[in-house]
Amino acid sequence: MYIYDSYDKQMLQDRIAQYRDQTKRFLAGELSNEQFLPLRLQNGLYIQRLAPMLRVAIPYGCLSSNQLRKLASIARDYDKGYAHFSTRQNIQYNWPILEQTPDLLAELAEVEMHAIQTSGNCIRNTTTDQFAGVAVGEIEDSRPWCEIIRQWSTFHPEFAYLPRKFKIAVCGTPNDQAATQVHDIGLYIKKNSDGEIGFQVLAGGGLGRTPVIGAEICEFLPWQHLLTYLDAIMRVYNRFGRRDNKYKARIKILVKAIGADAFREKVEAEWQHDKEGPATLSQEEVDRCKSFFTDPDYQALDDNDSEVNAQLEKDVLFSHWMERNVVAHKKSGYRIVTLCLKETGVAPGDATDRQMEFVADLAEKYSFSEVRVTHEQNLVLTDVRLQDLYTLYQACKQESLATPYVGLINDIVCCPGGDFCSLANAKSIPIAESIQRRFEDFDVQKNIGDLSLNISGCMNACGHHHVGNIGILGVDKKGSEFYQVTLGGSADRDAAIGKVLGPSFAQAEMPDVIEKIINVYLEKRQDSESFIATYNRIGIEPYKEKVYADAD
Amino acid sequence: MPTLIKDGQVTDNTWDFIEKESDLSSVLSRASEQVLVPLSLWQEHKSDLQASEKDIGVWLDSDDDTYELGSDALDLPLIALNFPVFMDGRSYSSAAILRKRIGYKGELRAVGEILRDQLFYMKKCGINSFEISDSVKLEDALAAFSDFSNSYQSTIEDPLPLFRRR
Repeated sequence: MYIYDSYDKQMLQDRIAQYRDQTKRFLAGELSNEQFLPLRLQNGLYIQRLAPMLRVAIPYGCLSSNQLRKLASIARDYDKGYAHFSTRQNIQYNWPILEQTPDLLAELAEVEMHAIQTSGNCIRNTTTDQFAGVAVGEIEDSRPWCEIIRQWSTFHPEFAYLPRKFKIAVCGTPNDQAATQVHDIGLYIKKNSDGEIGFQVLAGGGLGRTPVIGAEICEFLPWQHLLTYLDAIMRVYNRFGRRDNKYKARIKILVKAIGADAFREKVEAEWQHDKEGPATLSQEEVDRCKSFFTDPDYQALDDNDSEVNAQLEKDVLFSHWMERNVVAHKKSGYRIVTLCLKETGVAPGDATDRQMEFVADLAEKYSFSEVRVTHEQNLVLTDVRLQDLYTLYQACKQESLATPYVGLINDIVCCPGGDFCSLANAKSIPIAESIQRRFEDFDVQKNIGDLSLNISGCMNACGHHHVGNIGILGVDKKGSEFYQVTLGGSADRDAAIGKVLGPSFAQAEMPDVIEKIINVYLEKRQDSESFIATYNRIGIEPYKEKVYADAD
Repeated sequence: MPTLIKDGQVTDNTWDFIEKESDLSSVLSRASEQVLVPLSLWQEHKSDLQASEKDIGVWLDSDDDTYELGSDALDLPLIALNFPVFMDGRSYSSAAILRKRIGYKGELRAVGEILRDQLFYMKKCGINSFEISDSVKLEDALAAFSDFSNSYQSTIEDPLPLFRRR
């Protein structure tokens, strides 16, 4: 993991002192609500429905055991003993007290964490695939590049007051679990024919009111130019992005309005000036950042373990868990384990202080003291020995962290919705729960197979509903909460925006609606076709017919 | 009257700010020897303004295209950038363009809603004088320039990014 040096530490302390002073001035009446708003937002503090909400960055999803313990103790000391892992590799506290937030941030700084630029119209936390560095077939570890971008984007003086928020994702894995194509900037790490590293640059992707897949604006950007090129994109967006209407202010609207070619030309023109300038990355800096992300002390292990094999025969629940939550590792004898935060009856992505401490301990014991956070709102232990899996599994069962759902219908991605969020049009957590109850039988889930189901409580799309195979969006219909369904979305390398099925449904209808959709799939699927493959083959009509015919 | 801070010192403002839509004759008949005219007026009456006895500065609104001023900037004693509301961040890029692209070396002033918490970033982008809004305490404003001990980026003030200085 990246370790702060004296510069990083000092700037973080400077920020806390600045925020402490801003909060003091606000409480003393020297700053108006309006003036304090962007300042607190750039430090992660929202004012929500019931209380403030503080969003803490987990840079590109990487946490140490010590950091996770600190997040747990903050949940206990400043909150109600739990916190929410969001869909952007952040963690959210729902009940902090404004007056205490400077102290909370000071505690975070003790473990080199912060809430800098986790909201507001600025460059947000850079995200990546949670399997970075351990995935099989990885092109290149994205974490050093994310750290380079983190530093570049932190307190960037020119881009702190953008037209709207700005999100960057980097992906170097074959599968893309970072939803790279629906980010304001998506960076796919590539190797050219000479084996040199560079980036395919996408711009103008995003969800929200107008979902768009990013357009390629550079096919191969040599790594040296990463920051100067990002500066050029940001400058074009900062100058020309719309500021008259917040719903048309994201970069995607600009790219669409002038077209990807014209946008590329503007960026190239701007970039020419800085291209070989001082912000050009040096091999030394890349090496320095890479030195923090070297392999841990892996043992030379066989990739087969007779005891685990024996348990697989005996313990059917363990075998489910192995099948869904455990995937191959680049190193023989190791596995990547996902701990699913989707226990039915618990808000997706929520974890208690006790669970967080438990996972921190597990990581220390079994996975080199590191934990990853996923945008699907789960936690990951990246480096577990095959021989430790059964012990680990049994320990997880004790803490309700062994749910074997990963990638199945009940692994629902869900925003906090109307229960917490003041932007929401509708609740989302109860919808998730009602669907999870309907599909509670694991055999049913398993029979359905790979499927992503995403729920957002409003158009802002924090639950990424547009890119769920099944998406659910909470809408307000004459003061009542209704739910619109989309089908066919996908967040991976074949990213797609889901299509609206038709008129929206009342809350109570939702489990039936989802079940009907699933039944169409089960009826129509050929061989071992996945939900999305069947949908792509047969289109939306059969689903429409079934769902609305029965409604009449 | 907003307080003017230039290069870290409180200074008297001797420039007369000319609103948009003003006509040339009204500008030339002003008592002040130093007038700060909007970009549109400069573009329309450049030669008349240059021929006048007065010192002429130009101010750019946040939606003006800085590149339109172009190399004209190089001969001006003052350029001001408007921040109509502090959330409008376009003028930070205008400052960077003037300093980096166009090579403007003279006084670059922030006008409009200029609050304490934006000053550090403005200075990093090459702005060196500031018309501080009345609501801001002067000592707070002066302290704001050292809010941060360093910057990660290549900035106008310090073109070497931190990674080349570590």
